[in-house]
Amino acid sequence: MSFSVIMSKMGSGYFNAMAIFVFTIIFSMPLGMVVAFGRMSKNKIIQSISKFYISILRGTPLMLQLMVVFYGPFYLFGANIDGFRFPAVIIGFSLNYAAYFAEIYRSGIESIPVGQYEAANVLGYSKRQTFGLIILPQMIKRILPAVTNEIITLVKDTSLAFAITYQEMFTVGKQIAASQTTIMPFFIAGVFYYVTNLVVAFVMEKAENKLAYYR
Amino acid sequence: MEVLKINHLRKSFGDLEVIKDISLTVNEGEVLSIIGPSGSGKSTLLRCATMLETMDRGDLIYLGEYAAKDDQSGSKYADANSLKNIKGYFGLVFQNFNLFPHYSVLRNVMDAPVRVQKKDKKDAKKHAMELLDRMGLADKADYYPYQLSGGQQQRVSIARALAMNPDILFFDEPTSALDPELTGEILKVIKDLAASHMTMVIVTHEMSFARDVSDKVIFMDKGIIVEEGSPEKVFSSENERMKEFLKRFNG
Repeated sequence: MSFSVIMSKMGSGYFNAMAIFVFTIIFSMPLGMVVAFGRMSKNKIIQSISKFYISILRGTPLMLQLMVVFYGPFYLFGANIDGFRFPAVIIGFSLNYAAYFAEIYRSGIESIPVGQYEAANVLGYSKRQTFGLIILPQMIKRILPAVTNEIITLVKDTSLAFAITYQEMFTVGKQIAASQTTIMPFFIAGVFYYVTNLVVAFVMEKAENKLAYYR
Repeated sequence: MEVLKINHLRKSFGDLEVIKDISLTVNEGEVLSIIGPSGSGKSTLLRCATMLETMDRGDLIYLGEYAAKDDQSGSKYADANSLKNIKGYFGLVFQNFNLFPHYSVLRNVMDAPVRVQKKDKKDAKKHAMELLDRMGLADKADYYPYQLSGGQQQRVSIARALAMNPDILFFDEPTSALDPELTGEILKVIKDLAASHMTMVIVTHEMSFARDVSDKVIFMDKGIIVEEGSPEKVFSSENERMKEFLKRFNG
């Protein structure tokens, strides 16, 4: 197998890995907000459900969660799971990352001084306005470093989709390495992950700088 | 005209009764100072009046409109719409300013008039600039709060409260977070407001200021009003607790 063939296979694996990355960000970040609100709810039942959700998804391996999501429907209901591989990956990743994002959001929201709520209240802002205009922008600034960490981890975690043999870059690399008895695919994968995270770090730093106009 | 009237206010936190049956009235153009030792319930009284805390018992009335009405079982608050309306009657200046750090000085002052009172943006900006000018901060309109001194931040927060055109303005220890040098500039602003007949309620530890600026002074201790009346009357009171408090303050 020539280098260019290896590269093109790795490239399509990389494309698949980035598909996991992008869709997971799109779904898990808003879902995390829902879970965070549940976690901070005054309603004890909603709060307990959210806590339980977070504890399960943070407390078990993502690899195991992917297998449960993908094979679960077959073992439980005898469902046909052909073509369910990619949705299963996105569902598994999104549910898992939402739990982490929820806790990051919560830490950010709870770090905003109560005086900000009181000032907004006395000025007559509605609850919705207070959150959207006063709390959320300040929260985003505070959680950005933690979010960057999470996103960088996600880039590397896409390799865990090998657990259900989704054809992302690392899965492809392993197959080539085994059939061609070469470790070159692993080096290529390493470089791809690293360069991707350089870009992620760069973009996130730009975002942080953009919010550095106030303290 | 009575701008604010509180009847038989009671407030407890758990088993601790912080305010035990307090009534007061503030008339239009009047300046009321509330003094007293820490833990006397002054701030809680102010927080009940501004609805940051809910009252257990008693009435809260602004310009004849009931925000809360006592009905034997406790204070019953008016519906959300009425309360929203009543909130427009008063402003509050906090001890720690509580400016919005992500907004410029100008936006801090004009945002609520635009978003809450739905004022025209141009008018709100014009009004905000006038207020900042009055506070001597016109050149700081584009700054962010962190770039200002404590005294400047407190003046912005006074401008922010005034921008809503309140009928009554509350101050919760407005100089307690400032060093003595900056205290003077805030006290001067409040004196100027008093001279322009702004109705105000001021919780303060600045005794000589309270004496100078107030039409009426209330001395609170352990959740009750111990002494009230004109500054002359209160500061020359023969009441033992009052005398002891003033002695500690003077030195």
